[in-house]
Amino acid sequence: MTGFAELLNAEWTKFRTVLGWVTGMAVAALLVVLVALLAGISSDQQGSGPAPTGPGGEPVTDSFYFVHRPLTGDGSVTVTVSALESSVPTGLDGVRPGVVPWAKAGLIVRQSTRQGSPYAAIMVTGDHGVRMQHDYVNDTAGPAGPVRLLRLVRSGDTITGYASADGTAWTTVGSARLRLGPTAQGGLFVASPQAVEGLGTTSSVSTAAFRDLRLQGGWAGGEWTGEQLGAGSPSFAGYPADTSGSFAESGGGLTVTGAGDLAPAVRYSLPTAGTLGNLLTGTFAALIAVIVVGALFITTEHRTGLIHVTLAAGPGRGRVLLAKAIVLGSVAFVAGLAGTVVAVPLGVRLARAHGVYIFPVSASTGLRVAVGTAALLAAASVLALAVGAVVRSSAAAVTTVIVAFVLPYLLVANPFMPAGAAAWLTRVTPAAAFAVQQTLVKYPQVANPYTPYNDYYPLAPWAGLAVLAGYAAAGLAVAAVVLRRRDA
Amino acid sequence: MRAALRAEWTKLRTVAGPRRLLLGMIVATVALGAAAASVVTCESAGCGGDPVRFGLIGVMLGQAPAAVLGVLVIGGEYGSGMIRTTLTAMPRRVTAFAAKAVALAGVVAVAGTVAVLGSLLAGRLLLPRHGFTAAHGHRALSLADGPTLRAVVGSILYLTLIALLSLGVAAVVRSSAAGIGIVLGLLYLLPVLTQAIGDPHWQRRLEQIAPMSAGLAVQATTDLRLLPLQPWAGLAVTAGWAAAALAAGALLLRVRDA
Repeated sequence: MTGFAELLNAEWTKFRTVLGWVTGMAVAALLVVLVALLAGISSDQQGSGPAPTGPGGEPVTDSFYFVHRPLTGDGSVTVTVSALESSVPTGLDGVRPGVVPWAKAGLIVRQSTRQGSPYAAIMVTGDHGVRMQHDYVNDTAGPAGPVRLLRLVRSGDTITGYASADGTAWTTVGSARLRLGPTAQGGLFVASPQAVEGLGTTSSVSTAAFRDLRLQGGWAGGEWTGEQLGAGSPSFAGYPADTSGSFAESGGGLTVTGAGDLAPAVRYSLPTAGTLGNLLTGTFAALIAVIVVGALFITTEHRTGLIHVTLAAGPGRGRVLLAKAIVLGSVAFVAGLAGTVVAVPLGVRLARAHGVYIFPVSASTGLRVAVGTAALLAAASVLALAVGAVVRSSAAAVTTVIVAFVLPYLLVANPFMPAGAAAWLTRVTPAAAFAVQQTLVKYPQVANPYTPYNDYYPLAPWAGLAVLAGYAAAGLAVAAVVLRRRDA
Repeated sequence: MRAALRAEWTKLRTVAGPRRLLLGMIVATVALGAAAASVVTCESAGCGGDPVRFGLIGVMLGQAPAAVLGVLVIGGEYGSGMIRTTLTAMPRRVTAFAAKAVALAGVVAVAGTVAVLGSLLAGRLLLPRHGFTAAHGHRALSLADGPTLRAVVGSILYLTLIALLSLGVAAVVRSSAAGIGIVLGLLYLLPVLTQAIGDPHWQRRLEQIAPMSAGLAVQATTDLRLLPLQPWAGLAVTAGWAAAALAAGALLLRVRDA
């Protein structure tokens, strides 16, 4: 019985001495880089400014109507707020009343009016009750039931939000520690984000009436200042036609109209931005190359009769198959990793040079995308090997595996595919593995079509890859059984 | 040429592979069309979408077995060494190649007709149950409708052209695996890459030259002026690809040792 190390060595020797296979793997790596280059140089967004970034470094939407005055030191603000009235465009011109679930009206204290400044706010929303939010990504739900009064208290660098239905019984909704500096800006705000409608989103505008405004502590005297923050930001969808932000004082109250959002940026708030996944579209091209090589690695043996020699030398057929899978998978992994490691920095640099904003990722996420893409290519080539061992025809094996990857992707890109069917396809087919390239984060407090087409996959990154790994492992098991039962 | 045709027809007829692939093409086309038609919903009037194109979406999958058949018709002969027998029996290589093309086109066109009519029937039965009704501005799919007839005939021609393109590519690379990789890359990869391109002008140009995006324009029956290419012009692009591949294949077959 041959040792497993010798089997591995034999398979490795076969692999590296066939020029076509080595070339195929090199082509796979090259295609990843080439497409990233193409994606980088073909895009041109010169002229649109950079997206603001929040305290955590993530891109944000920081555009809303802000009625403010300076607050030096500690202080508090209390107000009674009416229900929000929102409007969405009718189509060509004009607006009609509508519900914007995440329209916001309430109290806010922030470091400054600079874009991306730290803040904490308590608010009523269109359809999600009272919320306390701070620094764009943090969201806490308030008490259920009717709430009409809101209060925000600053004590040093700590901001606490309270809500009440009657003005006597107050509930603490949440608190946040911010870097505020001695003088902060505080007051009222109204935001009205894009609403999801059909396959896309539409801008909206909302109005709220504030009464019984009471200020305590270090608030500056004088008039309120009203302004639309972040009017020129690329993550601001703007106002519907013929509407604009405003505030008016009347009878001790204030009526504020605004649009925009205070939230992390998502696909639809930065439609022209790119992701690492977009730059790695070349993975599809590389897939085809590694699938062809993977299938050939076994079908060639059947075609040339070499399989008889291979099995005579290593009669443990399952072990021969395993040795082939390990050699093939390792080579595909190395090729994929080499391609990704070159493609990502190159693509990001080129895209930025052409003014394209790339959603930033942490070092660990970047590593996961690179390693995950390499593992995806490795698993795909092993799956092709397994299918090739079962069907013994290179053309049939290559076609089966390519179709299993690409067809779900193309179907998901079809605008008429319902969201449920699209999610199902990216859950159960090998295409689920593309989840490993996703870098966008789903935020429940931001309305956005979170579909695979928009780079949001239903499965977590490694779970998606596990689906493909499962297919590859099951394929190998079936192939081992078939290889053992059948005469070669 | 008649003898050559007869020989190729005998080869196609007497091997199990082609029959299974043609059957696979029919099943794949109808099954995907029926599956898509049973998950889609149209809830209101003018819910958009092109029901004919949606009903014939199975062609996107059915073209894969057609491509495999096209590749195997010559790639399989290179794999087994049969090509030498073929060329010994028919020393006029271009004639032998042309006979392969004609026999292949014939069987794919016949099976393609069954596949496309089957999906149309499935769409006609299923789509009205999912809201594609007269009340929502959609008539039942019917061959009596001019654009629908064009979509059906065009889809059959499209499947035939893909098989011929595959034959040409396989003749150039002389390997089944590489041939099918290249063909499926051309078909499926270009639409995916189009999405990575940021510039809309490049995107449109790629859609105009990619064999699948351009060719399937022949299935469109609504919003024709928004298409990158008009239906028949799109199919002409696919025909151009097939013709170029066949010409290259014939030329190389003639000048190269087998």
